[in-house]
Amino acid sequence: MAKTLFEKVWDAHTVRTLANGQTQLLIGTHLIHEVTSPQAFGMMRDLGLKVAMPHRTFATVDHIVPTDQVSEPYADPLADAMIKELRRSCKEFGITFFDRSTGKQGIVHIVGPEQGITQPGTTIACGDSHTSTHGAFGAIAFGIGTTQIRDVLATQTMALGRLKVRRIEVNGKLRPGVYAKDVILHIIATLGVNGGTGYAYEYAGEVFDRFSMEERMTVCNMSIEGGARAGYVNPDETTFSYLKGRPYSPKGAAWDSAVARWKAVASDPGCTYDDVVKINAADIAPTVTWGINPGQGVPITGTIPDPLKASSADERSSIEEALAYMKLKPGAPIKGTKIDVAFLGSCTNGRLSDFQEVARFLKGRKVAAGVKAIAVPGSQGVGLICAELGIDKVFRDAGFEWRSAGCSMCLAMNPDKLVGDQLCASSSNRNFKGRQGSPTGRTILMSPIMVAAAAVTGSVADAREVFGVSAN
Amino acid sequence: MALDKITRVSGRAVCVPGNDIDTDRIIPARFMKCVTFDGLGEFLFYDVRKNADGSDKPHPLNEPRFKGASILLSGMNFGCGSSREHAPQALQKHGFRAVIAEGFAEIFLGNSTTLGMPCVTASREDIARIAAAVEKDPTLAVVIDLVAKTVSFAGQSAPIAVRESARDALVNGRWDPIGELIEGASDASAIATKLQYMSA
Repeated sequence: MAKTLFEKVWDAHTVRTLANGQTQLLIGTHLIHEVTSPQAFGMMRDLGLKVAMPHRTFATVDHIVPTDQVSEPYADPLADAMIKELRRSCKEFGITFFDRSTGKQGIVHIVGPEQGITQPGTTIACGDSHTSTHGAFGAIAFGIGTTQIRDVLATQTMALGRLKVRRIEVNGKLRPGVYAKDVILHIIATLGVNGGTGYAYEYAGEVFDRFSMEERMTVCNMSIEGGARAGYVNPDETTFSYLKGRPYSPKGAAWDSAVARWKAVASDPGCTYDDVVKINAADIAPTVTWGINPGQGVPITGTIPDPLKASSADERSSIEEALAYMKLKPGAPIKGTKIDVAFLGSCTNGRLSDFQEVARFLKGRKVAAGVKAIAVPGSQGVGLICAELGIDKVFRDAGFEWRSAGCSMCLAMNPDKLVGDQLCASSSNRNFKGRQGSPTGRTILMSPIMVAAAAVTGSVADAREVFGVSAN
Repeated sequence: MALDKITRVSGRAVCVPGNDIDTDRIIPARFMKCVTFDGLGEFLFYDVRKNADGSDKPHPLNEPRFKGASILLSGMNFGCGSSREHAPQALQKHGFRAVIAEGFAEIFLGNSTTLGMPCVTASREDIARIAAAVEKDPTLAVVIDLVAKTVSFAGQSAPIAVRESARDALVNGRWDPIGELIEGASDASAIATKLQYMSA
């Protein structure tokens, strides 16, 4: 019988059915970081448990690392305690730790793919909701809580209910100046922030066939913002050529048999989906958010919604709440909204191609007076290649601060924070109230190129106009 | 270790209205710089409860009449956003024993269940009725019955829905699955040896 990738991977990793009807699912690859794991290690110690398969857990440090300080101790004693705690736990339990001294550290969702740890047909869990990123490789990847981290450490399994699968097909051609980030912001604005509850999203269609791995990762990354626990793209030649030669990728004869397995794991023609949504690529515009959740987005040419024109009382109150927080005027164009900070980085858009693409346009430009602009490579590896290619210099010359790898201002558990009600043009994934470190700080989500356009003009701008991107 | 069979939760309730209340709002990220969950309760909903100088903002959880409430009422998609278990931990450490909302985000619901904190859904109208009754008399006992799948309050009753796997785990005292998972660990390693990527 024809099966989806999700079903094949789920079935191959099913250990048994638990008493409450959930599945005990084998987790092939476990990724951990400093914020959500310490309590799990604490529970392991309290219960006297050993890590079942230490060679299948990989650690790095990303959320709390200062991006402007490498030497320890960190200025923030709490952050310093957290990195030391992770180092201690990895040593005690025999877990590979991509520490800052290894040159392989970075945001966990950038490090896994970069090292070739993230592979098709595997199950992946990590105590971070953006674990869905790894689905770009045709893995089924789940964000989990700390108690589940304990479960995976202790047994390499966890309890989970099977998800339904929704195929989201994007066909046709994206218009110039429209990027992967716009695709996912458009999908979330279309299906809603809770539209994916109970589903894994299978992204497919001509646009995804053409996308690079990094673009696929950007989309899969934000599946959770649409309420979907996981999101994936079927593996293809793009996937295999990305993985070939990476440190943890199979080598020699093992490579060939792995590729054969990976090809076979893709969804079968004629398989059944619980739901199918079709989107026309030409309908997607450069998209920016205006509100306080990632579904509150409009095309850059659009206007800020008017609560008086809302279609329901619910929508009206959510627009009112968002606009009161964002200090934006109903009916006004979103374009031209003054910004204070531009942030380029995060597990959504902190990869090499993000910086490469922006550098093409940023050359010879200057960040507008009064705008603080920071660029944060997602991993030490990304930072290194950017330095080799002179990309860091393009950013510095333009007036960006070029930092070392970490989550930085995406969630501001480190010194990179908004101050007061600053408004940030951000390539990250969440615009929740207070998300970027100030209880009154404001976030507008957008693609990297749109962040650059906002940085050089000092306000939310249409990158196609600013950088002269045209259909030709 | 034997876990409590959670068949009913009874207590006073408080309503924190709104849809899409995210985990950053429930517990802002800066309070996650910790290596234990202890002490998270005081930072619950911090940025919507407190001004920059630490003084109180108007918020239901700051009102003395709702002090001691153990059942939280809210809207749609409660707990969306991050996978941080710090969110249900903060609720539990603050004294909450259950949440009644119109809907829950997936990861939050799973995390809460594993802590033995039921997340049950009810219709908007019924949640509004409970909230109105509690507003009138904050000392009112609200009783969630996971067996009968009802919530009762002030002589009234309303149906609730609970994900069946969660309800089963709670009422049968197996909401923390670690024991069962350990029982299956040898089966798991047998499967792992057959998966090439796990043995390499």
